[in-house]
Amino acid sequence: MEKKAHTLALTVSNKPDVLARVAGVLGGRGYNIETLCVDATIDPAYSKIILTTIQDKTTMTKIEKQLIKLIDVHKVTDLTKVESVSREMMLVRMKLTDKNKADIALIIDTFNGRVVTMNGDHCVLEITGEKEVIERALASLKPLGIDDMARTGIVALERQA
Amino acid sequence: MQRKGAEILIQVLKEEGVHTIFGYPGGVLLDIYDEIHKGHIRHILVRHEQGAVHAADGFARASGQVGVVLVTSGPGASNTVTGIANAYMDSIPIVVLTGQVPTHLIGTDAFQEVDIVGITRPCTKHNFLVKRVEELAKTLHEAFHIARSGRPGPVLVDLPKDVMAAQTEYTPRPPVREEETPPRPASKKAFYVMDLIAESSRPLILSGGGVILGRASEELRKLAWRTKIPVSSTLMGLGAFPGTDPLWLGMPGMHGTYYANMAISHCDLMIAIGMRFDDRVTGKIDHFAPHAKIVHVDVDPSSINKNVMVHVPIVSDCKSALQSFNALLEQQNFTVEDDQRKEWFDQIEAWKRENPLSYCPSDTEIKPQFVIETLYKLTKGKAIITTEVGQNQMWAAQFYKFEEPNTFLSSGGLGTMGYGFPAAIGAQIAFPDKLVVDIAGDGSIQMNIQEMATAVQYDIPVKIVLINNGYLGMVRQWQQLFYEKRYSQTDMTFQPDFLKLAEAYGWTGLRATRPDEVEEVLKRGLSAKGPVIMDFRVSREECVYPMVRPGGPISEMTLGREMAN
Ligand SMILES: Cc1ncc(C[n+]2csc(CCOP(=O)(O)OP(=O)(O)O)c2C)c(N)n1
Repeated sequence: MEKKAHTLALTVSNKPDVLARVAGVLGGRGYNIETLCVDATIDPAYSKIILTTIQDKTTMTKIEKQLIKLIDVHKVTDLTKVESVSREMMLVRMKLTDKNKADIALIIDTFNGRVVTMNGDHCVLEITGEKEVIERALASLKPLGIDDMARTGIVALERQA
Repeated sequence: MQRKGAEILIQVLKEEGVHTIFGYPGGVLLDIYDEIHKGHIRHILVRHEQGAVHAADGFARASGQVGVVLVTSGPGASNTVTGIANAYMDSIPIVVLTGQVPTHLIGTDAFQEVDIVGITRPCTKHNFLVKRVEELAKTLHEAFHIARSGRPGPVLVDLPKDVMAAQTEYTPRPPVREEETPPRPASKKAFYVMDLIAESSRPLILSGGGVILGRASEELRKLAWRTKIPVSSTLMGLGAFPGTDPLWLGMPGMHGTYYANMAISHCDLMIAIGMRFDDRVTGKIDHFAPHAKIVHVDVDPSSINKNVMVHVPIVSDCKSALQSFNALLEQQNFTVEDDQRKEWFDQIEAWKRENPLSYCPSDTEIKPQFVIETLYKLTKGKAIITTEVGQNQMWAAQFYKFEEPNTFLSSGGLGTMGYGFPAAIGAQIAFPDKLVVDIAGDGSIQMNIQEMATAVQYDIPVKIVLINNGYLGMVRQWQQLFYEKRYSQTDMTFQPDFLKLAEAYGWTGLRATRPDEVEEVLKRGLSAKGPVIMDFRVSREECVYPMVRPGGPISEMTLGREMAN
């Protein structure tokens, strides 16, 4: 069966150990978590975990059923199955040279990014967008010499309640 | 009133209806054991923590109540892991209380600290670390609720020493009573199931442990009898349907009966209730029940469409689902004409005649199956039987006919050698007046043999029927069949003299070496007071048949006749 990336949103108790339990459901069965984002919800008693994993449909259903069995998991939604928006943010540190400056500026412009800090001959860029946008930005920046980078992983939200 | 954590703990246990716990003390438990010393709760001091968990598990399986374990931190806690995993695989409600180092030392590699919550995360239904005494009572009640509700399972509560010593305000509450779920109106699906039953010419019921855990045996029997549908039950489900009933087909799967497997392979309707299509039951999955519409009832949605894709999934506890089926049958005045099932019954009879459960009797050697048959004959199927794991377990499942639920206690999912004996102790504590027999292998029995002392200390009159073949028999069988008899590391001839061991522990020990001694030894052993071990020296290289080759379809069984000598 065809595999594709699924984004799951889990509403969980905001308690120690909950993330480990969720991760264990996937890890214990040999499934990789591609991206992961966690923070408290409006109600601080709960957290929202957003994770993506690449699976076929049947496996995905099994994973969802196992996750909702956890006592501390209160809701599981596959955001890939509903109308939703998704974003990822990336921070990239680059060494500036006379040769790459102009290209970097152009890329920032193209991807609606911005310079977060500039320190001597180093700068840190911020780019936000859908995963594909981030991938493209990264591909463009790579040849210009990336020092290091960090990505948030995907956050996503249903368009409507 | 201000009370200490340890005192609250005992109080909550009483509120939950617990009268006996299985435990083993240690440094961080001293406050709790000081409470226990007051004598408000019965404590069975085991000889190894694994034994405590299996005993609590056996207690739970026999009685339907939650079993409770108390062990110390570090090694005490880690010794429980096999028992917990065992209960988890078979969905047995137990609560395991582990001592923990004081909260301020957690995470410092303190003396006898292990992260037992982390270790048992994947093999508990849920677990808790109680960090404040104020949360203690609520957490404990929740643990009991989780253990027994829905699909039951083990719950662990980690109790740091300082929390047990701390004080808080506590008002005792009346004993907890779990309310029974009221019968629900029949769903559309239940109506559909009625249609399927009416249309089917080759129906079959396959029941599992869920029927026993869900106390739904009576409803199952009602359904089968009214619709005249033959019944097979998985290892975990034995006892839900009487083993002497004409509709009974025996166990399916790897060492199931030929006719149960053939019925599965030819049925046009399978009503699967409270079972989870384990690979030992289904064999090669694409060949499982190829002609059947499958109805699957289970409380756990994650069990449905996990291994076998079914046509009618019903997420429900077994009792309510069966009740609604039975109510509809009543309402629709459902009857089956005798000739409606004739062809199907004739076919099943033919399969039974072709290949009944059998073995080659012998006048010179004790056949293991003969021991179990004789045990059945003498106890009339009324004993509570526990088993170890291996050939002994399969022969017990094949040759003892179970009449009632909660009378066959066996490690199904995990296959834990060493389960049966401590489980028998637990079952005997739940039913002091019943006959409780552990059918054992000589390998398995040595895994928790230390509990012989426990049985003597508390006057627990369990009987061990030791099927002694001097081998790790089931592994040897596979070596015989698939590795050209290279018996690598399965010879267990070096073993204690079990009669002397019995004497050393203060048990009665009996031995049979010839077939004509079997009945006498069983009669004497079963009627003797106190715990008894009966050492049956059986023919060493007997194999369990019939058998489905691992990974093969269940319709292709090796019957064993060709191998019999
Ligand atoms: C704790 C544990 N270790 C290993 C095994 C693998 N195993 C399955 S059956 C078996 C042999 C059991 O031998 P015995 O108890 O003598 O019973 P028999 O098969 O001879 O009746 C073994 C080693 C197991 N099931 N459990």
